[in-house]
Amino acid sequence: METALVGLIALFFAVSLYLLLSKSIIRMLLGVAILGNAVNLLIFTTGRLTAEIPPIVPEDAYAPIQGSANPLPQALILTAIVIGFAMFAFLLVLGYRAYQALDADNTDNMRLAEPEDAPRPPLSY
Amino acid sequence: MRFFGLDGPGAELGPSLDFSIALIAVAPFLAALVAPWIKSFTGALAGWVLAIVPAAIFALLLTFVTPVAENTVVKAALPWIPSYGISFSFFIDGLSLMFGLLISGIGTFIVIYSGGYLAGHPHQGRFFSYMLMFMGSMLGLVLADNIFTLFVFWELTSITSFLLIGFDHSRQAARRAAIQALVVTGAGGLALLAGLILMSVASGENSLTGLLTQAGTMQEQPVYLLALILVLIGAFAKSAQVPFHFWLPNAMEAPTPVSAYLHSATMVKAGVYLIARMSPVLGGTPEWFWILTLFGGLTLLWGGVLAVRQTDLKQILAYTTLGSLGLLVMLLGFGTKEAVLGAILYLCAHSFFKGGLFMVAGAIDHGTGTRDITALGGLREHLPVTFIAAVLGAFSMAGFPIALGFLAKEEMYLALVHGLWPDLFFLAVLIAGNALMMAAGILIATKPFLGPLKPTPHEPHEGGLPLWIGPVILGVMGVSAGLFTDWINHYALNPIGGSVTNHAVDAHIHLAFDLANPAVWASLATWALGAAIIWQADAVRSAVRRTGQAIGWTFDIGFDALMFGLIRFADRVTRTLHHGRLEWYILLLFSVLAVVLYAPMLITGTAPRMAEFPVLSFYEWGAILIAAAGLIAILLLRTRLTAIVALGIQGFAVALIFLLFGAPDLAFTQFMVETLSVVILALVMTRLHLDARDPREFEVALRDGAVAVAAATGFAVVLLSVLQLDLDLSLTEFFNETSRPLAHGRNIVNVILVDYRAIDTLGEISVVMAAGIAIMALVRLKGGDGDTPRGISRPTERRRT
Repeated sequence: METALVGLIALFFAVSLYLLLSKSIIRMLLGVAILGNAVNLLIFTTGRLTAEIPPIVPEDAYAPIQGSANPLPQALILTAIVIGFAMFAFLLVLGYRAYQALDADNTDNMRLAEPEDAPRPPLSY
Repeated sequence: MRFFGLDGPGAELGPSLDFSIALIAVAPFLAALVAPWIKSFTGALAGWVLAIVPAAIFALLLTFVTPVAENTVVKAALPWIPSYGISFSFFIDGLSLMFGLLISGIGTFIVIYSGGYLAGHPHQGRFFSYMLMFMGSMLGLVLADNIFTLFVFWELTSITSFLLIGFDHSRQAARRAAIQALVVTGAGGLALLAGLILMSVASGENSLTGLLTQAGTMQEQPVYLLALILVLIGAFAKSAQVPFHFWLPNAMEAPTPVSAYLHSATMVKAGVYLIARMSPVLGGTPEWFWILTLFGGLTLLWGGVLAVRQTDLKQILAYTTLGSLGLLVMLLGFGTKEAVLGAILYLCAHSFFKGGLFMVAGAIDHGTGTRDITALGGLREHLPVTFIAAVLGAFSMAGFPIALGFLAKEEMYLALVHGLWPDLFFLAVLIAGNALMMAAGILIATKPFLGPLKPTPHEPHEGGLPLWIGPVILGVMGVSAGLFTDWINHYALNPIGGSVTNHAVDAHIHLAFDLANPAVWASLATWALGAAIIWQADAVRSAVRRTGQAIGWTFDIGFDALMFGLIRFADRVTRTLHHGRLEWYILLLFSVLAVVLYAPMLITGTAPRMAEFPVLSFYEWGAILIAAAGLIAILLLRTRLTAIVALGIQGFAVALIFLLFGAPDLAFTQFMVETLSVVILALVMTRLHLDARDPREFEVALRDGAVAVAAATGFAVVLLSVLQLDLDLSLTEFFNETSRPLAHGRNIVNVILVDYRAIDTLGEISVVMAAGIAIMALVRLKGGDGDTPRGISRPTERRRT
């Protein structure tokens, strides 16, 4: 099963990196969302896959059943999903405002921070 | 104050421990802290009050003269970075004691002089601070035992010199001179550090005293030549040897007390100190001899010739200082007993007469408003005490009998007259250099004072006690020293010569004028040549000036070309790498990512085994295929809403995968987040008049696709390698075993999040909150479309209505 997921993760990465290489903000946003999923799946697979036994201790026991899933990557991914969503939402609004302020969806036209004709450094003491 | 034979961590260093020598380097820094307040309390007396600090240090150092003459080495050490064997350790032997006395003794007069010279200057307190900081750095440098302590103080002298040269920072020339001095001496300092580290690694010793115990073995090491060159670059940059000399004449932009103190008497001698200190460790080889004598001899002639060319008093003195430094380096290159003794005598004599003459130049400037030697004349009646001080200084500089300069000159001639080639060649260089410097010195002492009075910007007047006490006392000491040769032999030359040559020295300097001695004839030749140069001073000056104009290039111009070239280069690099095209940044990033992912495998040859084709149940295939279909759809779909829906499909498929493999919490969160993402994305996107179509041309799409696929397969291959390794499950086992007994929770994932990693989760909540606040702020900003700012819910309301 891991092998199949490795292939899927490769597809996730390829699609998200391809979208991020676009000049269009909206496609870059889609790329960010997919990149988050790609990394989460990567961490999940690294922690090895097991059958569908969640890492929960039964009522009458003090340790989970043998063969239940690895809880550590799950804890990491849970945090990552939430933070990834917060960042996605922020970037989305940022892109929206950028479009409103600059009237541009093309990163080539967004040159406010790095203008085309930046001043030359002064040659003096 | 003294703790001889102290027990404790420093006790193994030897019987003669004295922590007051560490205090010597620290006290001026403490004084520098309070100097501005002392200035505001004491006003015009500040110079006298603050001079107590160097005077006390001088007095303390005097108590070491007798023990050091009896070959005692006094040490003190404070641990600093013990794991690297680096400590704040100090020691006093003959060489460091001489420098310490010169620095504190002349420093006393300089501080008094500054009180008069800069009287009424709004930043005089700051000036005192810088000056005292420099004094502490310089004392630390000459007293340091650990080589890294030495380096730290070495760089501190560069930094304080920068502050002092640029003291009058509103003038561009001062700023340029300050930066130039810092760049040259700082770069030299880095070379010195590299050389010291090489020596430390090769010898296993971190201290000068340790290196000195290995004297004679370093020359056999394979790194010897490299270490020698690096150390000498540091010393040459500091002591302004050609080709690093150009910063020193420019440093005359500093106020005159700085020029007198840093750029003639003390700081520029730091390189000479280092060379003298390293003589037993690095000296005695042909490389040592030729590098030092050739560069020193060149600097001597260079300084001497250019000194005669100048008309500004301070520039004349600066170039003669260059010449003197070259002379010292050359003598240390010879390294014979006579040459070393001559160097020691000359170093003291030079500090006295050059410090004094600089103060005289400052007094003339202060009293008349000009330093141009051609515009000055007839001041002897208006500045009588300054005149006396100038004559005393020039007397020693010219090396007339009974002056310290005479003793020095006789000794250095004695070192060379009995040899053949190359000694006689360098003897000729020495005589020419000395004659040139003698001419410059006598011109300074006579030209402004004799002849008819010339009009000057200010009515000529004497500057008062603070301005003449230093040069007069230094002048008297320099001239009368020849009467105390027994004392000099016993208390100065024997211990200092011992430090430089590393074996016992028995000096027999005495005042004599014996025509049977060939050294006397060399002195006579110097005087004759010097007199001839004075006689033809104007002709020599114009000849040198014409030659300089014919060449048309100076090291100074070269420095500017280098600095501006550096700035242009940095500008070009910045424009190349930082061009403002986002997609190129990202492309570069991902290309590097692909290389980084593949490179370790290609280098170490550890590619993963080929995986077998997976055997999966139909619902597993289902989840994977749904995710893949969603991804492909995002790429291909032409309308934005369908692309957003496709984004949701791949997200739900990921949630499904989580669910299938025992992660219900993840699946639940993923469902929530994907739903929310799709909803707000749809809400925002419908407000934008965009389409999700890819505007890329085919070739660009091919390029981007190739990079994306390369990086993505890199991830896959690395992940495959990881999966073929054993997984360390010890953390998982810990959480499994302790979750219920210790944390009283059955859902282990939740226990990890809210218990074991609770602080992380708090951080996560903070991130979400910060993002929320930022979104709020962005949305409420007055927008470009002029709508009333009411938040992200606005489109929803509009759709509902």
